[in-house]
Order: sequence, then C-alpha cells, then structure tokens
Amino acid sequence: MAHSKPATGGVGARPLSPHLQIYATPINMMMSIVHRITGAALYFGTLLLAWWLIAAATGAAYFNFVNGILGSLPGQLVLVGYTWALIHHMLGGIRHLIWDTGRGFDLKTVDRMGWGTLVGSLLITAAIWLSGLAARGVL
Amino acid sequence: MSGHNPGSLRTPLKNVRRLGSAKEGATHFWQQRVTAVANVVLVTFLLGLIVSIAGADYAVVRRTLANPLVALPMLLLILSGIYHMRLGMQVIIEDYVSAEGAKVALLMLNTFFAFCVGLACVFAVLKLSFGA
Repeated sequence: MAHSKPATGGVGARPLSPHLQIYATPINMMMSIVHRITGAALYFGTLLLAWWLIAAATGAAYFNFVNGILGSLPGQLVLVGYTWALIHHMLGGIRHLIWDTGRGFDLKTVDRMGWGTLVGSLLITAAIWLSGLAARGVL
Repeated sequence: MSGHNPGSLRTPLKNVRRLGSAKEGATHFWQQRVTAVANVVLVTFLLGLIVSIAGADYAVVRRTLANPLVALPMLLLILSGIYHMRLGMQVIIEDYVSAEGAKVALLMLNTFFAFCVGLACVFAVLKLSFGA
C-alpha cells in the first residue's frame, strides 16, 4: 500500500493527496467541522433547557430532582460540554459574520481566527464555570 | 449587472427577482444571520443568568424566572434560538441525506422537533410568569 505506484503508466509520480496519515489538518477545517458538530449538539441540548424550565414550572419536588441530576458529576460534565459547545458555536458564528462582510479571508487571518475560536472557547468556558462555582461558594 | 441573454428563455424578471430555483433567494441565509446576531446577545444574557442562579434553591429560581426582565429575554432567546437551530439542522439534513423520502421525512421531523421543544420552553416560562 505505502509504495503503490500510480495506476496509469507514463504519467510519472503524481502527488497522492490528501495522504491521510501525514495530512496536516488545517485549523480552519477542524473548526468548521466542530462548528457543525456543536450546532447539532446544541440542537439536542435544547431538550435539557426545556427539561429544566419545565421542571421549574412543575414544582419544588420535581425541580429538586432534576437539579440533583444536573448537579451530579456526570450532569456537571454534560453541562460543561454544553457550555463549551455554546461558546464555541458562538465564536465560530461571529467568525462567520466577519467573513460575511468580505473581511478576514487571507490565510493568516483565517488561521488566527480558527485558533482564536478554539482557545477563546476554552478560556471563556473556564471563566464561566469558575465564576459559577465561586458564586455557589464551592471555590 | 446581468443583461438579458438574447435567445434565452429566461425572462428578465427572473433575473431581477433573484429568487433562484428554490424561489426564496437569500432568505434562509439572511434569517440564519439575523437570528445569529440576536443569539449572541441573548445567549450572553442566558449564561449570565445561569451563573447568577447556579445552585440557588427553588424559590429563588422561580422568582427569578418569573421576573419580566428575565422572562422576556428568555422568550426571545427561545424563539430566536429555536428558529436558528431549525435552519441549521435543515442544512445538515440537506447536506447528508440524499434519498428524497428520508430527506423530506427528516425535514418534517426537524420542524416538529423545533416546534415541540420551543413550545415546551415558552409554556414553562409563561407558566412561571403567570403563576405556576
């Protein structure tokens, strides 16, 4: 497999591209894929928001039951992921809004905005959870 | 400007309208953008709200959600967010599902999901506002 020759004779060594094992994935492509995945995740994540709101509208007992699930370790992990997906999708969306104005298409800016989306989403998610935990007196 | 091509069966009106074969032009694109801008503001509000009531007991959460200054942005977020996500999921379905029957079924399901979740959220907020 690794040393296979081009199928057609006489054409010479053609570039075998993209060669998936050594292909350097552009950050922009990754952020594009993640933007779609987070969008789909948020789509189903609205079920959680609806569940929580319905619980609040139902009564103290049921609300406490739901809060207990969301407050458990698995629940908190899901909510951290939810927060990150939301922020990532928002930053990615802002990037798209900038592109919509015709700006930011040179490769350097594209790369920078891609990394900015990733790093920014992680930092903002951390900031939200740290302030949330601090407000609860956990920290 | 695209002039009228002599010999073409297209009418100049079609070019002027710019609605394309789907008859809706850039409507989908534009609605996605309008709701996106709204969502940036409204999601920021939601995150602030959730941080401020994280871990609070039921009475506080209920009183907060019943406050009109909270309930109104919540309702706006629900409407704008649900509409935005329905548009987004529509594109995902159209991109990946090529079988016509499955595509139409999923597009309908997408609309049903959006209406059900959206209505559930709106109902809950209104019930809290008008006295649960």
